[in-house]
Amino acid sequence: MTLSTETRAELLEIAARYPEKRSGLLPMLHLVQSAEGRITPEGIETCAEILEISPADVSGVATFYTMYKRKPVGDYHVGVCTNTLCAVMGGDEIFARLKDHLDVGNDETSEKRPGDQAQVTLEHLECNAACDYAPVVMVNWEFMDNQTPQSAVQLVDDLRAGVEVHSTRGPRLCTWREAERVLAGFNDGLADEGPAAGPASLVGLGIARERGWTAPEGERSPRAVDAAPAVPSEPADAPRAAAETDDGVAEAAAVEQDSPTSKTAADKKEAD
Amino acid sequence: MTDVTGSIDTLTPVLTQDWDAERSWTLETYTARGGYQALDKALGMAPDDIVAAVKDSGLRGRGGAGFPTGMKWSFIPQDNPKPKYLVVNADESEPGTCKDTPLMMASPHLLVEGVIISSFAIRANHAFIYVRGEILHVIRRVQAAVAEAYAAGHLGKNIHGSGYDLDVVVHAGAGAYICGEETALLEGLEGRRGQPRLRPPFPAVAGLYACPTVINNVESIASVPSIVANGAGWFASMGTEKSKGYGIFSLSGHVTTPGQYEAPLGITLRELLDLAGGVRHGHELKFWTPGGSSTPLLTAEHLDIPLDFEGVAGAGSMLGTRALQVFDQTTCVVRAVLRWTEFYKHESCGKCTPCREGTWWLVQTLGALERGQGNEADLDLLLDQCDNILGRSFCALADGATSPIVSSLQYFRDEYVAHLTHGGCPFDASASTAWAGALTGASTS
Repeated sequence: MTLSTETRAELLEIAARYPEKRSGLLPMLHLVQSAEGRITPEGIETCAEILEISPADVSGVATFYTMYKRKPVGDYHVGVCTNTLCAVMGGDEIFARLKDHLDVGNDETSEKRPGDQAQVTLEHLECNAACDYAPVVMVNWEFMDNQTPQSAVQLVDDLRAGVEVHSTRGPRLCTWREAERVLAGFNDGLADEGPAAGPASLVGLGIARERGWTAPEGERSPRAVDAAPAVPSEPADAPRAAAETDDGVAEAAAVEQDSPTSKTAADKKEAD
Repeated sequence: MTDVTGSIDTLTPVLTQDWDAERSWTLETYTARGGYQALDKALGMAPDDIVAAVKDSGLRGRGGAGFPTGMKWSFIPQDNPKPKYLVVNADESEPGTCKDTPLMMASPHLLVEGVIISSFAIRANHAFIYVRGEILHVIRRVQAAVAEAYAAGHLGKNIHGSGYDLDVVVHAGAGAYICGEETALLEGLEGRRGQPRLRPPFPAVAGLYACPTVINNVESIASVPSIVANGAGWFASMGTEKSKGYGIFSLSGHVTTPGQYEAPLGITLRELLDLAGGVRHGHELKFWTPGGSSTPLLTAEHLDIPLDFEGVAGAGSMLGTRALQVFDQTTCVVRAVLRWTEFYKHESCGKCTPCREGTWWLVQTLGALERGQGNEADLDLLLDQCDNILGRSFCALADGATSPIVSSLQYFRDEYVAHLTHGGCPFDASASTAWAGALTGASTS
């Protein structure tokens, strides 16, 4: 089986984004996964042909990166973080519970039972950059924050039953193959879904707002100059800026004199 | 400590300032809050003056190594006729590190504006944002921000009528911790296996496609618009003598309120824990990482060290990425360290023998100790293995692998011995979980 003309055209399009076409290989392999459900020999051949490198070169890359799969992945890839922090916070328990519940091992796909709408593939992950939401589960690389064994079981049951599931910080979950298409650089129009930030991302900012803590005003602070109330979520901004402008100027002037010191420090670092 | 400016507030939101705004990720919100004004100012400056401003600000790389950003930019040989490139390292993967991800999700335009100004400064007409592939929604937001910036004339040809052209490509990685190492990242960006290159030549001379290349962390680049807008002195008024400015501190683990706290460099863990409601109820601090798992562990005796490059180095560790992973007394340090070691073994790219073989041996030795097998001499064997690994590879991955082992043996040798005398792990892992903490908190309060 060969890749469709459409996929081939899109692979060429990816390669053309870069000054040197081989740079397109990682996103091209994401597209192969989207089109084929895994990295297939045909996908490897086609990438090699487009990039004018050997299939062995492409295979070498495809086997290096963990997101590329050589066997079919279910509709939903469920990744449980078991790096130290998440593991300690309960990721190990979540992973064990899911293995048992789905009756699969690591990197295996659940059986499709009668009535199931979808299959899930279970894998344990390394740190996925969401440690303040530990323990973390990823579904098709979308965040499912602050999980418990119970919530994770519910999650995979919902996915298999075809129930609509949303990321805790993103859109309704798409399929793994749809996700791979976004990674290949093809926009799915979902960027505006979900919140700007989850609760943990905002705790420091919340405390600063509550206590009136800010960075000092600068030579030209955009917020002081404009204080544009176009976004109504920050009513305290304008008065604060006005109150601190005088200090800010003096501060900036004082610090300006100090800057040779910092330069010297930086120069010293180079010598180190 | 700099006392020039008198008092600076404990938290100083700059990068995180817009994260609570309605639809903060859109161009509309970013522009309404002053976005892209720094770009106009920058385009009216000589590129060398921008480099000088960033140098004078004292900004040091926020990806862990702390190399002065302006200095890095000044290493680009401007007499080299080859194209210059800017590459943003958005491959955030160091265990515990979770700052660039929320930044790109909430304020992708701040990064894009930083990319344009930084590219202009080093005279690059092509920039790449290498985002790890495992954060899909972040990639959507960055892709959308770049598209919006093109449509608004902030990217493309003749930006703001300045005659300056810039193209930006958002590149999704495919799962490899090693690609956070800058030369491995370049290999990934060139469509190859992510294996670090021997340096020199450094990327500033021969980087992407063997052309002069600057590689900077997301947070470093996102700091540039504020420096251009407010001045080097403003930036340097925050922080400490050799560690200027603000940074995002990421608290995770056994704390009451984990999350992101943006503060001047030099804040202490004690101050941060105070803001975060302390270690979770009824528990006490056992050990913590100042900047991810590759930075040696610290303990309660280090609560008051200033979290800046010098302060943490003085305590025998590294500031790293300010990824403060906090573990309370329910946590088995041997289990924690073994898991990190398994991570390094898994992520070793295989290029250098001391790392490829050494991390494997570390897992064998540590795993046996964790199961209570072996004897005390194995602790010295472990240190000997670390000694044979440290400093013997192209990149710092294997060095990082030795950090938690050596530091945990320094502070918790007795706990390793307890595994031997106990015939296994003496801890109850379930007591460390998030739900165990919640139960304890509820029952005793």
